[in-house]
Amino acid sequence: MTLPDGWVMVIGLEVHCELKTATKLFCGCPNMFGDEPNTNICPTCLGLPGSLPVLNENAVELAMRIGAALNCDILASTFHRKNYFYPDMPKDYQVSQYDEPINLNGRLDLPDGFRVGVTRAHIEEDTGKSTHVGGDGRIHGATHSLVDYNRSGVPLVEIVSEPDMRTADQARAYVTELRAILVATGASDGRMEEGSMRVDANISVRRSETDEFGTRCEIKNVNSIRSLGRAIEYEAARQVGLIEAGDRVIQQTRHWNEQQGRTITGRVKEDADDYRYFLEPDLVPLDPSPEWIASVRSELAVLPATRREAVAAATGADASATAVATVVDLELDQLVLGAVAAGADGRIALARASNEVAADAEGGRGLDVAAFTAVIAMESASEITATQAKTVLGELLADGGGDPEAIAAKHGFEAMDGSVLDSVVDKVIAANPNEWQRYKDGDAKVTGFFVGQVMKATGGKADGKAVTAALVARTKA
Amino acid sequence: MSESPTTAIDIAAAVRDGRVTAAEVVETHLAAIDAREAELHACNAVLADEARAAAGRGDAARAAGATLGPLAGVPVALKDNMCTRGIPTTCSSKILEGWRPPYDATVVTKLQEAGAIVIAKTNLDEFAMGSSTENSAFGPTKNPHDVTKVPGGSSGGSAVAVAAGFAPISLGSDTGGSIRQPAALCGVVGLKPTYGTVSRYGLIAFASSLDQIGPFGATIADAAATYNVIAGHDPRDSTSYAGAMATIGAAELAGDVSGMRVGIISELVGAEGIADDVKRRFTEAADALSAAGAKVEETSVPACVYGLSAYYLIAPAEASSNLARYDGVRYGLRIEADNITDMYTQTRTAGFGPEVKRRIMLGTYALSAGYYDAYYGKALKVRSLIARDFAAAYEKFDVLLSPTAPTTAFGFGAKTDNPLAMYLSDVCTIPSNLCGDPAISVPFGTGDDGLPVGVQVLAPALGEPALFRAAAALEGSAP
Repeated sequence: MTLPDGWVMVIGLEVHCELKTATKLFCGCPNMFGDEPNTNICPTCLGLPGSLPVLNENAVELAMRIGAALNCDILASTFHRKNYFYPDMPKDYQVSQYDEPINLNGRLDLPDGFRVGVTRAHIEEDTGKSTHVGGDGRIHGATHSLVDYNRSGVPLVEIVSEPDMRTADQARAYVTELRAILVATGASDGRMEEGSMRVDANISVRRSETDEFGTRCEIKNVNSIRSLGRAIEYEAARQVGLIEAGDRVIQQTRHWNEQQGRTITGRVKEDADDYRYFLEPDLVPLDPSPEWIASVRSELAVLPATRREAVAAATGADASATAVATVVDLELDQLVLGAVAAGADGRIALARASNEVAADAEGGRGLDVAAFTAVIAMESASEITATQAKTVLGELLADGGGDPEAIAAKHGFEAMDGSVLDSVVDKVIAANPNEWQRYKDGDAKVTGFFVGQVMKATGGKADGKAVTAALVARTKA
Repeated sequence: MSESPTTAIDIAAAVRDGRVTAAEVVETHLAAIDAREAELHACNAVLADEARAAAGRGDAARAAGATLGPLAGVPVALKDNMCTRGIPTTCSSKILEGWRPPYDATVVTKLQEAGAIVIAKTNLDEFAMGSSTENSAFGPTKNPHDVTKVPGGSSGGSAVAVAAGFAPISLGSDTGGSIRQPAALCGVVGLKPTYGTVSRYGLIAFASSLDQIGPFGATIADAAATYNVIAGHDPRDSTSYAGAMATIGAAELAGDVSGMRVGIISELVGAEGIADDVKRRFTEAADALSAAGAKVEETSVPACVYGLSAYYLIAPAEASSNLARYDGVRYGLRIEADNITDMYTQTRTAGFGPEVKRRIMLGTYALSAGYYDAYYGKALKVRSLIARDFAAAYEKFDVLLSPTAPTTAFGFGAKTDNPLAMYLSDVCTIPSNLCGDPAISVPFGTGDDGLPVGVQVLAPALGEPALFRAAAALEGSAP
C-alpha cells in the first residue's frame, strides 16, 4: 500500500528494550521473563513504604553499549520521577531519565545507506504487567485486574528516533537493524513476541509541497516487525483519508488491532500530559568515568553493518543483499568468512550458508568450518552437483558433523564424466528437435526443459551448470 | 536493684558487667510506660512481649559468654515511620493501619546488633507532617511537663518517650525540625545528623532530600552513643555517605570549647515570633560558651530568611510523589468502588488527614506544568543560596548558634487553625535540612512558664565532632 500522489508520511519510532541484566534496575530481584507471577519481587520493586532504589551498574554498562553502537554522545545524566497513577506501577511514579539522558545525538544507518537520527537512548524502569479481566481487555470496563510485579523494575532503554523515516519499509528496516544491534551488543535479547522489545510509532502525513509536519498519532501495541509495517500503512492512509475528506487529525494514542488490521482510538492527547517530572531525590547523578566510557566503546562487539561489509567483501555480494543480512543475523558470517579464507568460492559459500545452513542455524553455528569448506570446494570443482551439495550439507547438519567426502561417496555422488554427459545431451537434443529449434532461436525458457530431461536421463547426477554449458556449446557448433 | 541506672550508657555498662539484667531493665521501663502512657499517649504500640523476648535472648547470650554491644539491654523507642519486620508501622495514618512491613529499617538492624531492645513504636504527626503531634490519626501526644501542652512534632512521641522515662533513648526523623523542635519542647537532647550519615532505608519517606533519622537522649552522651551506632554507610541507600564518619568519643563529650569560633545567626535570633524568654535563655547560653573560652560573635546568614518558604515548596513537592503509592492497590486501606479512579479517590480521601492532603495538594501544584519554574524551581535556587550562605559562614565559624524553637510548648489547638503559625515553629530548624548540615537541640533551662527551652547548635556537613563539643559545653553550663 502506498499513499496517494502528493502525500508524504513522516515516521518516528520509540523503541523500548529490556536490558539483559541478571537483576532488576534498582534491586537484586532476578530479571526473568515467564516465571510464576509475583515471585521475583522485594520491598524495592514493590515500592513498599521505606524502600529505596540502588542503581544496577550492569544496566548502565548495557545502556552505554547501546549508546556507543548508535554513535551517541555518552554523558553524565540524572534520573527523574514521572508521576502518574496506574495499578501496575507500584510507586505511582516511574523512575526515568528526562532532560539529562545518558545517550544523546546518535544515528543508525539502514543497510541501504539511509541514515536515521537517534535523538536519545535513556534508562528507565519497566512497570508490572496488568491483565484486565472482563470487558475488552482494557482497564475501563474490566470486572477486575490481575497484576504481576515480576516485570516491575526491569531495566529498559528507550531509544527515540528522529522523525526521519518516510516509508513503512524504512521503519521495518530501522527496527530490524536496531534489533540486530541490540542482540549483537548483548544489551537485549530483542524478543518482540515476549515484549522485551516494544515499538511505538509516531506517524503523521503532510502534502509533499510543504515542509510542515502534520498532527501526529502514536501507535502502540505493535508486536512484530510485520505488524509495524501494516500499522504504519493503515494509519497513514487513515490520516490522508481524514484530511482529504476535509476533516482533521486529532493528536492521540492509538492501539493497533492485529486481527482487525486497523488502529483504534486510545487516549486523546490534545494537551500534553502533566507528569510533574522532578529530580529523583533517592538517587544521585550518574557520572560514568571517561575510562569506563572509553572501555565500553573499545570493547563494543562488531556491529552487524560492519559484519555485513566483511561478508560482502569476501563473497563479492552487495552489502545490502538479503543473503548477506541473513548470514549475519543468524551468526553464520564466521562460517562463510572462514570458508572463504580457506579458499572456498565466496558466492557458493554465501548461497549455501544463507539457504541450506540457515534452515538449521543452530546446527550451522556449530558446523565445522573445514567440513563446510570441503563441501563448497567439491561443488565449485563440479565434483558434486549443487543438489548433491545440499544433500551432503543436510547430513552434516543433521549428524552434527562428519566427513563430506565420505557422505558423498556413500551416496555414490561423483562427477559425471564429460563424454558421458555429452552423449546424454546429444540424445536429448535428437529426441526433441522442435524444442531444440526454439532454444537455438533464443527462447531461454526451454533451457529448464533440457536440463530437466538430462537430469531425468542421468538419475539426477548431472550438474545443471555443465548441462547448460553443453547446450550453449552446441548452438555454436 | 536499689540504684537503677537511667542513662543508656549506664544501663549498657551495668548489663555488660552483670549488675543488672536486660530483663530487669525492660521491666523497669515497661512499668514507667504503664504509669503514664494512658495520660501521655506517646506510643502507637508498646512492644512488651517482643521486648521481653529480646531481653531474654540478650541475657542468655551474656550467660553464654557472648560479647555485648555498646547498647546492650538499652530500651529504645522508634518513631512509627521506621519499618519493623512483622510489626505494624503506621506513620500515624489510617491509610497504613494494619500494614506490617516484611523488613527492618537499617537503623533498626543496627540498634539490635548493638544490643538495644525496641520497646515501643511512637506517635507522630501523620507522615511526619506537623510540629505538634496533633496531626496523628490516633490522637495527640501530651507534653509530660504539662499535659495541657503539645510535645512538639512531628517526632513528639519519641521526644516524650525519653522525657517521661519510657526509654533512655529513641529515634526520630527530622525533615524540617521534627527531632530538634520536640526535643526543645520536651527538655531532651535531639540530633539531626548530617544528611547521608544515617541510612534512610526503611524510613517511610516524607521528603526524601530532607529526611534524616537521628537520636533523642536525656543526655548529650546518650545521643552521641546512639549516633555512633546508627551512623555508617549503607549500600541500600544511594544517598548514604560513603566516606569516613567521625565517632563521637570522650574528647568531644568533654565539651572543651576554648578557642572555638561560635557564630550567632542574627536572622534567626531576630526572627518573627521568637519569644522574649527564649531569647533570654539563648543569650545566657551564648554567654556560657563565651565564658568557657569560645569566641562568640553575631553573624549573618542572609538567605536563611527564605528557608521556610523554600521548604514549604520542596517538602510538599517530594511528599506529593512519595505518598502517591498509598493508592489502595497493594496494602493498607482500600475503600472498594466501582472503578479504579473512584477507588483511588475514596481510599485517599478516607485514609489521609487534612494536613497530609494540604501538603499533597501544595506539592502537586508546585510541580505542575506552568508553575514549576515559579515555585519548585525557584525554591531549589533558594536552597542553593542558603547552602552557599552557610558555607560562607563556616569559613569564619566552627559552629553556629540559634534558638531551636520560637517558644516553649504551646497549648493544644493553639495553632491548628492557622497552618502558617504552625509552620513558623520550624523557622530556626529548617535551614539545616535544606543544606544537609547537622544540628542539635540542647535543653537550656526553662521559660517564664517553667517549660523547657532548647538551644540549637549547627555545624557544617560532617561537623558532628564540633557540634557535640559545643553541645556538651552547653549541657554542662545549663541552668
